[in-house]
Amino acid sequence: MRLTGYRRKNGAVGVRNHVAIIPLDDLSNAAAEGVARLIPGTLPLPHHYGRLQFGEDLDLFFRTMIGNGANANIAAAVVIGIEPRWAQRLADGIARTGKPVEAFSIEGAGDLRTVERAARAAKVMLQDASEIEREPVEVGDLVLSIKCGESDTTLGVAGNPALGRAIDRLIDAGATVIFGETSELTGGEHLIAARCATAEVREAFMRTYTAYVEFIESTGADLLGSQPTEGNIRGGLSTIEEKALGNIQKTGTRPVQSVLAPAESPTGPGLHFMDSSSAAAEFITLMAAAGSVLHFFTTGQGNVVGNPVVPVIKISPNPNTVGTMGEHIDVDLTRLLAGEIDLDDAAARILATFERTVRGRLTAAEVLGHREFVLTKLYRSA
Amino acid sequence: MVYRAIAHKQGDAVAVAIGDLAPGETIQVRVLDGASPLTVAVRNAVPLGHKVALRDLAAGQDVVEYGERIGRATQSIATGAHVHVHNVKSVRWSL
Repeated sequence: MRLTGYRRKNGAVGVRNHVAIIPLDDLSNAAAEGVARLIPGTLPLPHHYGRLQFGEDLDLFFRTMIGNGANANIAAAVVIGIEPRWAQRLADGIARTGKPVEAFSIEGAGDLRTVERAARAAKVMLQDASEIEREPVEVGDLVLSIKCGESDTTLGVAGNPALGRAIDRLIDAGATVIFGETSELTGGEHLIAARCATAEVREAFMRTYTAYVEFIESTGADLLGSQPTEGNIRGGLSTIEEKALGNIQKTGTRPVQSVLAPAESPTGPGLHFMDSSSAAAEFITLMAAAGSVLHFFTTGQGNVVGNPVVPVIKISPNPNTVGTMGEHIDVDLTRLLAGEIDLDDAAARILATFERTVRGRLTAAEVLGHREFVLTKLYRSA
Repeated sequence: MVYRAIAHKQGDAVAVAIGDLAPGETIQVRVLDGASPLTVAVRNAVPLGHKVALRDLAAGQDVVEYGERIGRATQSIATGAHVHVHNVKSVRWSL
C-alpha cells in the first residue's frame, strides 16, 4: 500500500489538512461561521454546548473539543468563546500538539470585531497550511475507527465480516483501531470479553458494559424502536442480541488491548474498545476526539452520516440501498452478499478505497457536505 | 447453485434472505461455516434481509443464529416461516 499523509509536530499522522474554526460554546457559533464565510476553505465546527456544564460532563466536553482540535487532520485552529478563560483552556489543550492555535473572546468586543480578528488569524493559518506537503506514511502511523449504522442482517452476513477481515489486516500491519457502541454489544458481550488481551482489560470491559446497560435499564423504557431502531427492524433485525452479533463481526478477530473512556486516546497499536453511544454522529465525533483520522462505516439500510474532521468511508452490501442511495456508498459489496466474490475480495475492495481515501480522494460523505459534529452530553447543565 | 438465503453456522434456526422470497418457493441456503447447503420450502413472503426458519420452533424455544441465542420464539414457528418481531423477542431487553 502506498499511503501519504501529514506528519504533525507531535508525531501523529493526518490524512486531511484542515484549518478549524472552533466555537467554545453555542453562543460563539455565529462568529465561527462568520470567520469561515470570510475565509473560504476553513472548517467551522458549530455545536450546541459549552455553557454551564460541570463535573464529568464538563470533563468530557473539554476532552472532546480539545481532542478534535488536536486531531492530526487539523493543521491549525482558531478558537472563539463568549468568555476568555474557557476559550483559552481549549486553545491551550490543542496547542500541546505544537500546531498553531489562537483564541478569541466575544465579550467586550462583539461578534463583528471578533470575527475580523479571528479571520485575520485564520487567513494566515490557511495560507501556511496550504504549504504543508503530503509525505509517505505507513499503516502503523494511523489511528482508525469503525462503526455500523442503520444496520440490517446484510451487514451480519456480508458487510461486517468483510470489514472485520480488512481490520485484521490493518491491525496486523500496525494500525490502531477503535470500536465501541457499548449497549449494542448486548447479547454478544461475552464474545468481546473473551477477546480482551488481559484479565484487567476484561474486567474493565465488563464493568464498563454493565454500567451502561444498567443505566439504560434503570430508565424502565421499552427500547424496541430505539434499539433496534425502526430502520433495523425494517431491514430484518429482530432483537438487540441479533444486532449485536452482527455488529461484532466488523471488529475482526484480534485481541482487545484496552478499554477507553469516551473521547480518550489509545496509547498503543491494535484494537481498542471505547465506552460510547451507538448514535452515529456522536460516535464518530468521539472517535475523532480520540485521534481517529479515518472512519469505516458499514450500513445496511443507508445511514448517510459524515464528519467534518474525519473522512467516513461508507460500505454497503445491501442491493436495495446501493440501488436507491448509491451516491452515499464508497464501497459496494452487493456482489459479496450475492456470493459472487469472497470475503478476501471484499476486504481487498475496502482496503483499496482506504488507500485512495488516505491519499486524498474525497469520500461520498465529504463531497455531499455531511459534517455532523455532535457532542455526547452525560446529563443536564447547571 | 443459486443460493437465496445465508445461514451463519450449522445448527442455526434461521437464515437471512438475500432476495425477496415468495411463499411456495423452495430455496437453497448457503451456510457460511462451510457446512452442507440446506433446502427449505418458504411459507410466507420474506423480504430481503429478513429471516426464514430452517426448522420448527416451539413457543418459548431459543432462536439461534451465529451459533448464539438471538431471542426466544413467542409462538410456534414452522420451517419456512418468516421469523421477525411478530414471533421472536429479545431475552435481554424484554421490558
